[in-house]
Amino acid sequence: MIQMKNVYKKYPNGIVALNGMNVEIEQGEFVYVVGPSGAGKSTFIKMMYREERPTSGQMLVDGIDIATLKNKKVPLLRRQIGVVFQDFKLLPRLNVYENVAFALEVIEESPSKIRERVMKVLDMVGLKHKARMFPTELSGGEQQRVSIARSIVNRPKVVIADEPTGNLDPETSLDIMNLFEQINASGTTILMATHNREIVNTLRHRVIAIEGGLIVRDVAGGDYGYEA
Amino acid sequence: MYVMWPEVTTAMKPRTLARHFRESLKSLGRNGWMTFASVSAVTVTLLLVGVFVMIMMNLNKVAEDLENDVEIKVFVSLEADETGTKHIERIITDMPGVESVDFSTKEEELTDLVLDFGDELSLFEQSNPLFDVFYVKASDPQQTENVAAEIAKIGNIQDVEYGEGKIQKLFEFLNTGRNVGLVLILALLFTAMFLISNTIRITIVARRREIEIMKLVGATNWFVRIPFILEGMWLGLLGSIIPIGLVAALYYNITEFTQPKLSGELVQILDFTPLVYQVSALILVMGVFIGIWGSFMSIRKFLRV
Repeated sequence: MIQMKNVYKKYPNGIVALNGMNVEIEQGEFVYVVGPSGAGKSTFIKMMYREERPTSGQMLVDGIDIATLKNKKVPLLRRQIGVVFQDFKLLPRLNVYENVAFALEVIEESPSKIRERVMKVLDMVGLKHKARMFPTELSGGEQQRVSIARSIVNRPKVVIADEPTGNLDPETSLDIMNLFEQINASGTTILMATHNREIVNTLRHRVIAIEGGLIVRDVAGGDYGYEA
Repeated sequence: MYVMWPEVTTAMKPRTLARHFRESLKSLGRNGWMTFASVSAVTVTLLLVGVFVMIMMNLNKVAEDLENDVEIKVFVSLEADETGTKHIERIITDMPGVESVDFSTKEEELTDLVLDFGDELSLFEQSNPLFDVFYVKASDPQQTENVAAEIAKIGNIQDVEYGEGKIQKLFEFLNTGRNVGLVLILALLFTAMFLISNTIRITIVARRREIEIMKLVGATNWFVRIPFILEGMWLGLLGSIIPIGLVAALYYNITEFTQPKLSGELVQILDFTPLVYQVSALILVMGVFIGIWGSFMSIRKFLRV
């Protein structure tokens, strides 16, 4: 699903974010990405959906070559990938239903298909009854559910989550994690950057630790490995 | 690297186009005052463009009328008798590039002068100082000078006149006017475009988050851009309404007022149709063009996708 070979990333300001990274992630895996701030986690995550581009090295996501991918082809890559953020990134002017439908509208799905898919994912995240409400009327956990619904409404092969529980209390975080487990159970690859020790240590999955732009640890079913 | 030209992967569906139109119209309302400012700038610019173009086209028409009226005045020498005069007429008529030859005796010339300048001149009826004259028209007005030179070579001719230099001066004047006007108009167009691109920039900044999400879920670059381009187009279109109306009303009144006075005269102004249609079309096209171009300038800076 995701392959990196000697991926190197140097920003124009001279900072080296990835220093020759090698990793392979199979379809259907659930992977935590951990490590201190500024270690290269964000760059690693952003490269998956070609927000950043490798300076050198080879990188494939679902068979698409990220290093040589032309700008005009980036939308095609992103239609294969769902993204979830710490700050949800919902549109305040749109209600829950519209926020989720938005992801399908911009890729020009047919209205009947949009209605069917949106209701299905809202049911799955348990917010069907709040479809007409606006983001500001929802709790943080509910907002994150909406953003997760939006990320999977297009049935992507992989969901990338950048600190999805960063703004949530422990109990809500666990609800959100159950949702990710559910999505993963249906065969979707999950790649999640997190600082949440409890979660990584409770719901065991493969853990990739990044420090100084390199993978310093890669353990299946590993623990968080850092002090709180 | 930022790529500006097409990367649309599928043909746009009518439903999507309808969405883009809705979005662009909503945005006009949301930007209220900026919309008003840019539309006003476009209005002023296009109004000046319209008036200027109408003036220039009419001056060109006047110049053409005058040019077509250029005649060569051939003064027959007093030494030429009736046969000699007939002979001169034959030579001129047979000359290549000559369209018409009219003869006027010195008595007829004097009568014309008396008509134009008054009875005092009738004193000259006793001893007429004028010459018999041929009025010659070249088939191509541009060739007047050459024809006049040829005629001057014929014997028994006192003098040849054709208003040399005056037409050239008129054309020089027109050209200067046109250049000054063009510079002014370019400056105005630039200002209007700048205002439009500012308005679009505000829209883009206000919708940054939306654009970011669109890109994250895989919208094509054109899908993101088109609403802004349409918004620019609306600004240009709205800005062309008043100029078209004013230009039409103005020219209608001008033609109503001047055409009766000019009837039968040598110089005519252009008719209401097709001139006003042409100028309106020009105003509309320029409005849409500066609108679209203005928004393109903003998008280029802001939407590096």
